[in-house]
Amino acid sequence: MIMTKELWEGNAAIAEAAICAGVEAFFGYPITPQTEVLEHFSKRLPEEGRVFLQAESEVASINMVYGAACAGARVMTSSSSPGVSLMQEGISYIACSEVPAVVTNIMRGGPGLGNVQPAQGDYFQAVKSAGHGDYHMIALAASSVQEAIDLMVLAFDLADKYRTVVIFIADGAIGQMMEPAEMPPLRPVRPPEERVAWALTGAKGREHNIITSLYLGAENLEQVNLRLQAKLKKIAANEVRWQEYSTEDADFLLVAFGTVGRICQTVVREARAQGMKVGLVRPITLWPFPSARIAELAGRVKGILTVEMNAGQMVEDVRLAVEGACPVRFYGRMGGVIPLPDDILPELDKLDAGVASGREVQS
Amino acid sequence: MTTIEIPADMELVYEYPKSLTEAYMHYCPGCTHGVIHRLVAEVLDELDVREKTIGIAPVGCSVLAYYYFDVDMAEAAHGRAPAMATGLKRVSPDKVVFTYQGDGDLASIGIAEIIYAANRGEMFTTIFVNNAIYGMTGGQMAPTTLPGQKTTSSPTGRDVETAGWPMKVAELLAVLPGSAYITRQAVLDVPGIRRTKKALKLAFQAQLEGLGFSMVEILSTCSTNWHMGPAEALEWAKEHMVPYYPLGDTKVSDGVRALMESK
Amino acid sequence: MQEEIIISGFGGQGTLFAGQLLAYAAMDSGHHVTWIPSYGPEMRGGKARCTVIVSDEEIGAPLVRRPSAAIVLNIPSMEAFEPTIKPGGTLVVNSSLVPQRSERDDIRVIYAPATDIAEELGNARMANVICLAALVEATGVVTLDEVKQALEDHLPARHRKLLGLNKEAMDKGAALAKAGGGG
Repeated sequence: MIMTKELWEGNAAIAEAAICAGVEAFFGYPITPQTEVLEHFSKRLPEEGRVFLQAESEVASINMVYGAACAGARVMTSSSSPGVSLMQEGISYIACSEVPAVVTNIMRGGPGLGNVQPAQGDYFQAVKSAGHGDYHMIALAASSVQEAIDLMVLAFDLADKYRTVVIFIADGAIGQMMEPAEMPPLRPVRPPEERVAWALTGAKGREHNIITSLYLGAENLEQVNLRLQAKLKKIAANEVRWQEYSTEDADFLLVAFGTVGRICQTVVREARAQGMKVGLVRPITLWPFPSARIAELAGRVKGILTVEMNAGQMVEDVRLAVEGACPVRFYGRMGGVIPLPDDILPELDKLDAGVASGREVQS
Repeated sequence: MTTIEIPADMELVYEYPKSLTEAYMHYCPGCTHGVIHRLVAEVLDELDVREKTIGIAPVGCSVLAYYYFDVDMAEAAHGRAPAMATGLKRVSPDKVVFTYQGDGDLASIGIAEIIYAANRGEMFTTIFVNNAIYGMTGGQMAPTTLPGQKTTSSPTGRDVETAGWPMKVAELLAVLPGSAYITRQAVLDVPGIRRTKKALKLAFQAQLEGLGFSMVEILSTCSTNWHMGPAEALEWAKEHMVPYYPLGDTKVSDGVRALMESK
Repeated sequence: MQEEIIISGFGGQGTLFAGQLLAYAAMDSGHHVTWIPSYGPEMRGGKARCTVIVSDEEIGAPLVRRPSAAIVLNIPSMEAFEPTIKPGGTLVVNSSLVPQRSERDDIRVIYAPATDIAEELGNARMANVICLAALVEATGVVTLDEVKQALEDHLPARHRKLLGLNKEAMDKGAALAKAGGGG
C-alpha cells in the first residue's frame, strides 16, 4: 500500500518540491507546457509568505533570479524551451558570478516556436551551455514525478553547495503527467539575517561585497576561468548520477534519459521476454555525464542503442564515452513524437543484426 | 583613509563621503559621473543608510561603479539592472536598493525592465545618467542622442525619420501609476548640482517611506565623445539638451508631496 | 496485472477528470498508476484524451499504442481507438453520441447510452462517470466502491452537491456492464 502518497501532476509537484526545499522567491513568465509551475507558485508562495512575481519576460525573470541570488536567497525560475533560450545571457552571468540559482526547463518541440508537445531537443542547451563563455550548469533530468520532486530538492542543495546554476530538465510529458508521489518535509526558510557571508546584505561592520562577472585584463579573467574549471572538475568527480536496469548480464545496452528513459525500462522487459539480454543506463545528471560507467559497460556489451526525443544529441556524449569500444546506434523522434517500445524494439533487432553481420561497426 | 583630529576652534564643513571608496575613478577628465557618484554617496551618508544599501551597476561607462561606492554592489547585464534590483529588493525589503544606469543601458536595451519596474512600483531608486551618447563603446548614437547630433553611428547627424526620436524617459515613466517620484535634473552648474542632490535625497526618502519607484534622470556630458572641452560640453548641454529635456519633476505622487511638505 | 486505459472525447466531456478519478482509485487501492493527458490547443471542444496505466509493478512507458481498454465518448475517438485495443480488451462506447458498432469479435464492447442516462438523471456532464463505472465493472481494474471513494475524496468543492447524483450515475453505468452492455 502506498497510502502516504498523493497524486501529483509533474509541474505542480516541481513547484511544491521547491517550496519544500526552502525556495524563497520565484520569478517567471507563462509558457506552455510549464505554466502550471508558475500557477502553483502563484498560489502557494504567498500562502507561505514568500515571494512570487510574474515577470514581464524571461529575460527579466532570470535577472530577477540573479538579483535575489546576489542577496543570498534561495531562488528559481521556470520556463520551457523558447523561454530558456531567452535566459541564456543571464545564466552565463550567474555562472560567472558564482551565485546559486535553479532553472527548470519543461522542454517542448523546437526549433523556433515549434510546438507544445514533449521533446528533448534542449539537451545540448542544458549540458553544453548555450550562453556565452566557458561554463557548465549541473543538469538534472527526471523520468518520473517522484524523481522530479527529489531532484528539485537536490537542485537547490547542489546550487548552494557549489554556488552554481543547476538546470532541471524534463520533457513536457513529465510536466503534464500525474503519478502518486510523496513530498519531502517542508524545510524552514533560511531567515534573511542568516544569509551567507558573500551575499549582498549591506556592508555593516565589514568590507563591501561585490558580485560581478566583469574581469578586465586577460590574466584576471583567465584566473577566474581556471577557478570555475576547477569547481566544475570537482562537480564532475562528485555528482554523477544515473540509474541502471538489468545491466549485469546485458548483451546490448540502451542509454536514454527522462521520459524515454522510463519507456526503455519497458523495452528492457519486453526484449528480455523475447530472449534478448538488454540493459539500460538512464543518466540522471546529464552534466556531469556518467561517461565512466558507460565506458565500462561498453567494454562488455555487443552494442549500444541511444534513444532520444531529438535528432541525436546525448548520443554524442555516449560516443565520446565509448571511444569506439563498441558500436553505438541512435534512434530518435522529434517534434513531440514519443518513441514507444514497439518503435524501439526493432531498432535493437537492427543493432543485433548489424553487429552479427559485422556491418554495424563503431561509429 | 587618514583621519585627523579637528582642532577645537574649527568646525567640520567638508568630509569625504563614507559611502565612497578611495579608489581612483577611471572616468575621463570633465566627466560628470564623479560628481553624481559623490552626490549619491553624500545622500546615503546623510540618510545614514550606507550599511543597508545595495547598488546595481550597469553596463556602460559606470560599469565599475561598484569599485567607487563603498556599499554592497552587483554588476548587471546590459539593461537588466532594474530586474536585478527587483529580485534583490523583493527578498530584502528592509534594504535600500538603487540602480545606476546610463542612457544606452536604461533607455535602449533595458527600456522594458525599467518600465515594468516603475509600473510595479518597485521600492528602489534609479539614478539615470543621460549624456546623449554611448560613451564606453566610443561615441555611438544613443536612444537620447539629439536630432541632428553627430555620433560615430550617425555621422551626418541623427535623422529622426530613420532613427526615431530621442527617448524622454522622465516623461515616459511619469505616466505609470507605480512611479512615486520622477524628476529630471542636470549637473551642468553648481545650482543644478545642488538641486540634483536634493532630488536624489527625496528619491531615496521616497524609497525609505515605501512610497513606490523613484528615478532621478540627470543630464550630463561626455566631453570625450562630444569632442569638446569640459566647459564647452557643459554649455553645449545647457544650450541643446535642456530645451529638449526640460528640467523639473515629472511625477510627484501624493505620498511624495506630503513627504516634501513635511521636510 | 497491468491495464492501459485510454479515455477520449471532446474537451468539456470530462475525459481528463474521469481518468484522474480512476488514477486516484488505483493509487488509493495500492497500485502503481500514471495519468497522462493529450489535448489540442483549444480550451473546449477540441480533442481531449488521457492514458491511465494501472499496474502491480513500476510503470515504464506511460503511453501505449495498443491499450487494453478504452472509453470513447465521441465519434472521432471511436474511429481512432476501437481498432487499437488489444485482443481480449474492453471498449466502452458512449452510444448516445456514437452511432456505429464495433465489428471486432476479439474484444468486449459495452454500449452505454451514457449521455442519455446522464440527462435523465439531470446532468449530461455525468456521461464520463457512467462510462468509467462500466469500464471498472467490466475490467475489475479497481472496484466501483474504490472509484466512489475517490470521487468523494477528490470531487472539486464546487461540484460537491452533485456527489449523490454522480454515485447514482455510476451505479447505472456499472449495471450496464453487468448486464452485458448491449444498450
